[in-house]
Order: sequence, then structure tokens, then C-alpha cells
Amino acid sequence: MKIIVCVKQVPDTSGKVAVNPDGTLDRASMQTITNPDDLNAVEAALKLKDETGCKVVVVTMGPPPAEGMLREILARGADEAVLVSAREFGGSDTYATSQILASAINRIGLEQDDVVMCGRQAIDGDTAQVGPQIAEKLHLPQVTYAAEIHKAGNAITVKRMLEDGYMTIKVKTPCLLTCIKELNEPRYMSVSGVFEAYSKPMEVFNYETLKDDPLIDPTTIGLKGSPTNILTSFTPPLKGAGVMLEGADKETCDKLAGLLAKKHII
Amino acid sequence: MATFNNTDLAAFKDVWVFCEQRQGKLMPTDFELISEGRKLADELGVKLCGLLLGDNVEGLAKELGGYGADEVIVCESPLLNVYTTDAYAKVICDVIEERKPEAFLIGATNIGRDLGPRCAARLHTGLCADCTHLDVDMDIYKDFLRESSTLAPEKVDGMKTAKVLGEDHDVSRDLKMTRPAFGGHLMATIICPRFRPTMATVRPGVMKKAPFDQAKADACKITKPVVKLTEDDIDTEVVEVVKAAKKLVDLIGADFIVSVGRGISKDVEGGIKLAEELAAELGGVVGGSRATIDSGWLSADHQVGQTGKTVHPKVYVALGISGAIQHKAGMQDSECIIAVNKNETAPIFEIADYGICGDLFKVAPMLTEAIRAAKAAK
Repeated sequence: MKIIVCVKQVPDTSGKVAVNPDGTLDRASMQTITNPDDLNAVEAALKLKDETGCKVVVVTMGPPPAEGMLREILARGADEAVLVSAREFGGSDTYATSQILASAINRIGLEQDDVVMCGRQAIDGDTAQVGPQIAEKLHLPQVTYAAEIHKAGNAITVKRMLEDGYMTIKVKTPCLLTCIKELNEPRYMSVSGVFEAYSKPMEVFNYETLKDDPLIDPTTIGLKGSPTNILTSFTPPLKGAGVMLEGADKETCDKLAGLLAKKHII
Repeated sequence: MATFNNTDLAAFKDVWVFCEQRQGKLMPTDFELISEGRKLADELGVKLCGLLLGDNVEGLAKELGGYGADEVIVCESPLLNVYTTDAYAKVICDVIEERKPEAFLIGATNIGRDLGPRCAARLHTGLCADCTHLDVDMDIYKDFLRESSTLAPEKVDGMKTAKVLGEDHDVSRDLKMTRPAFGGHLMATIICPRFRPTMATVRPGVMKKAPFDQAKADACKITKPVVKLTEDDIDTEVVEVVKAAKKLVDLIGADFIVSVGRGISKDVEGGIKLAEELAAELGGVVGGSRATIDSGWLSADHQVGQTGKTVHPKVYVALGISGAIQHKAGMQDSECIIAVNKNETAPIFEIADYGICGDLFKVAPMLTEAIRAAKAAK
């Protein structure tokens, strides 16, 4: 049995988001991190590895520097890493991205006992689409918003969160799960893990590696394979700063309440 | 079945809304989306259809008409009683291939965000996630840009086409789907120029609900296509559905929200109590920043922000919230924002209508008292 975890390197939006004068995002000046939900998926896979001794393969699509992130995940305990990287893959929207990642998973090979895991969503795009789209491409059942995962034989029981409660869903392997932060607390890299990370297998899948997969076609990858286009991107105007009330005493509060009453807000 | 060619754009007509029901009850997002869909259908000059799946749910359909649906397509089967990705995606894709809608809207609930990408991948079309603004009509869209963007006016005025794979594409009939990225720091308008249907998931709480009209409800047509679905189509088994026992925090529907942030850390219980008192005086509910949820001070259903709920109440009071963009993304459209923070350089003051620089533990009780007095004086 093995678990394939799809991860993404993202700009750290919890830090400062830098914007270029033309309104586009200044990615170069932003720190990158592993997408937080993906770390929950990695941890879920590593927990299953602790229980069952299964293999954990981590996959990412991105530019060559994403290798650093993969090494970090190997240092946490993953066994193998795959970097999917090619110029042809650039400019992909979620449809094209899932197409490429699904072909990479085909290449790694998915057996009866295997599980694919993803984070619920990446903090840069916030779409939460790639996981379900990979599942569709691979004809796998999916369970999103996983908050608890239990494996017994070839059946997995998942607690799937809803806004107003949860569902318990039983699904057979192979299947795809997307993980949320409530699932677990990701572990740290260990010192020995960091040493071992550099001797663990790391493969690069480029366009040549994947081009024979039926999912890969000029009309299904990159810009050409992306059904969506950006029409405009823009920065919203800053809402004009309001009134800073002097002092923080009873008088100030009375004044504010008076203003609200006058405007018939209260 | 008619052949399904998703690039034959002219063959696609009508705006559809997926109307989610849970335990036989329509979701609030359905009414928001039907109301928004009505506007889009009018801009396109086409019909608006609701798509309702479930078991014995036909009785819910007419109500959707009251908010603007011309027709409700009801797909019923005992296998659709509880949501499963497999069953819902199959039935929806079947009926889309049969009837070819031009645009398909889905509420970005936990279920909608599971269903949308699965259907989009199967239909080979584009899906824009978590939209906060939708337009078709170019003039209306331009008005929106003039008001909501920092783009140069001449750039907006001249907008007519988009570069699609190096060629000019007339966007006058495309659904323009606007959504925040990077926590609202950047907005993007997405189109799906080459494939149909254009799909969008729409943020709950963002679109405004139209008033209910009984005459329209009576006029609403109901159609029931044949549902081809067997147990073999479903690879997952729903063992149980558990509703949260506690009362739901209705942040989205609230007119007044008092939110707390990390600023309550020195006395968490006391801080929450002060917020509750102020919220009670205003007739609203208590929200929180991600910090308060991650620290376990409040449950996740209180969270306002990018990964929580988007709210636009009449008054949003931010107590001890610094105003990170992830938080602002969820509340910056509130009609009136009042911020109380010790740090006068906190970014929350950049968007606050009224700012008080001071200790929330001192200010909040005074504010509660002042509002009580002001109300009494009326």
C-alpha cells in the first residue's frame, strides 16, 4: 500500500503581501511555504505510515525551486518525492493542473490499496478544485473536508465536515481525500530526517516523461488547456480611512453612540 | 440524447442555479443565487432555471420561483436523499448534457465546493471558485470596475475584448466572474471563453436576496426529467449525517457583529463576555478572527475572514483585531466598521469608519453603556 500526497508551494500570505505598482502580485519578494492544508495531508499520510508501514510518495507541480519543499517533506518522513516541472505546464488553471497531476499519478501507478491525499485548498488560489478534479480524471471516489480518517482493510472511514455538522463516509480504496486543518497537527522535521532526506529518491517528471499519457495533450495542459482566462486583474480601492476618535473614555463612547443614533444605525 | 459539444457556444442557453437542500430544507444560498441568477438571465435575455436534487423535494421548488426562477428542474431518487459526489455529479452532468445551460452557478458551501470541480472536470469546462461578483452586461461590468477598482478610467472605457490564446475574443456575452485572490488584496475577473457551460461557485452571504413574490412562485414551472441512477454509480457510502448539536452562529444573516481578536488574550473569558454584552445590546452575534479560533477560544463557526465566513452586517465592531488581510477579506464590505485597538498603527484602522485607540477591556463596556443610553434617549 502507498499514499500519494499532492502538495503545493505557495507564497506565505500570512506575511506581507507585496503588490507591484501595476497591481500584480510581487511574488519574488514573498516567502514561500508549503501550503498549510497540504501539510495536514502529509501528516495524515505519515500517521497511516506509522500504523501500517505503508509508503508515502509526495508529488508537486512547480518550478525547480519547489524541490526544496519536497526535501523538507522527505525530512518529515515521506519516502519518495516527485517534482513535476516543465515549461509546457506553465499557465495552467485548475483543470489543466489536475490533468497533469493525474497523469503523474498514473505514471507513479495507483494500485488497489492506494490512497491519494490533497489539502482542501491552497492559500494563494483558494479554489479547492484540484483535488476533486484529479479524482474525476482518475475515476476515483473522493471525500473532501476530511477531519478524521480511519483505514480498515481496503475501506476508509472519513469524517467529512459540513458547515452545520459532519457526515461519516465509508469509501473503498483507491480513493482521493482532501484534508483540512482540524485533521491533525503536522509534525516537525527531525534532524536525522533532514540528513536522510538528501539520500531519498527524488524524480523529476518533465513533459517528455508524461507526454504519452492519454490525459496529456496540447489542448489539456498549460495555457491552451485551461478553460478559464483572466479578463482583468485589479486592486480594490482602499476604503477611505474613517474618523479616528480622540481619546478612549466615556465621552468618546457617548459621541460614537450619538453618531450611530444620528445615522439611524442603532 | 442530443450530442454534447461543449465548444459549440451558440447551442447553450439559460442560466442555471444548483439549489442545495439538506434534510429536505433549502439552503439560504439558494435564494441568494436565484436572485443573482435572475439578474444574469435578464442581462442575457434567457431563462433562469433552478436545479434541485433529492428525494421527495418537489414541494420545495415553487418557493425558488418566488425569488425569480422561471423553471425548476427537479431530479428525484431515493439515491439522492443524502448528498454523495458520485450520484449528484452524474445526475447533474446528465441533465446539463441534455439541456445545455450557458451558465451554471453553485453555492460555495462545503458541498458545492465538492460538487463543482467534479462536474467541471467531467464536462471539460471552466469553473471559477468562490465568486463575489458576477456580470454579463459590459456596461454594468464597467460600472462595477469604475466603482470597485483602481484601474485607470480610460482602460475601463476601452474594454471590449480579451486576448484568448493570442486572439481577440469579444466578451460581451461571457459571464464575468470576479473573485478575490490572496485574501482580497488582488481581485481577478475570470471568463470561460471557449467552453460551456461557464461554471461558478459563489460565496455564501455575498449576493443579495430579492424579495419573495408569490405571483412568481405560482407561475414557476416544474419539470422532472428521468433520473438514470443505480447503486452501482455510487462508490461511497454515507454512514451517518450528524447535525451540530449546538446552535448555529448565524454570522452571515446578522446585522450586527462584534468580533474579538488576539487582543483579548490577557483575559479570554472576560473579553468574550464583553463582546457578548455589546452584541446583545446591538442585537447581534459574536465573531472572531482566526487567532481566536486557532487558540480554541471560540468555535470555528464564529470565524470571520478568508477561511471563515464573509459577512456584510450593518455594523461590524472589531475588538482587539489587528486587521490582517485574511480577516479584512471577510468583513471589509460591512456598512460601518468600528475598530477598537491599542495599537494606533493597526491596519484595521485603514478600513474602519470609526476608530478608537484604546484598551478594549475599558472601551467595550463604556460603549455598551453609551449605546444603551443612546437607544433609551430615542
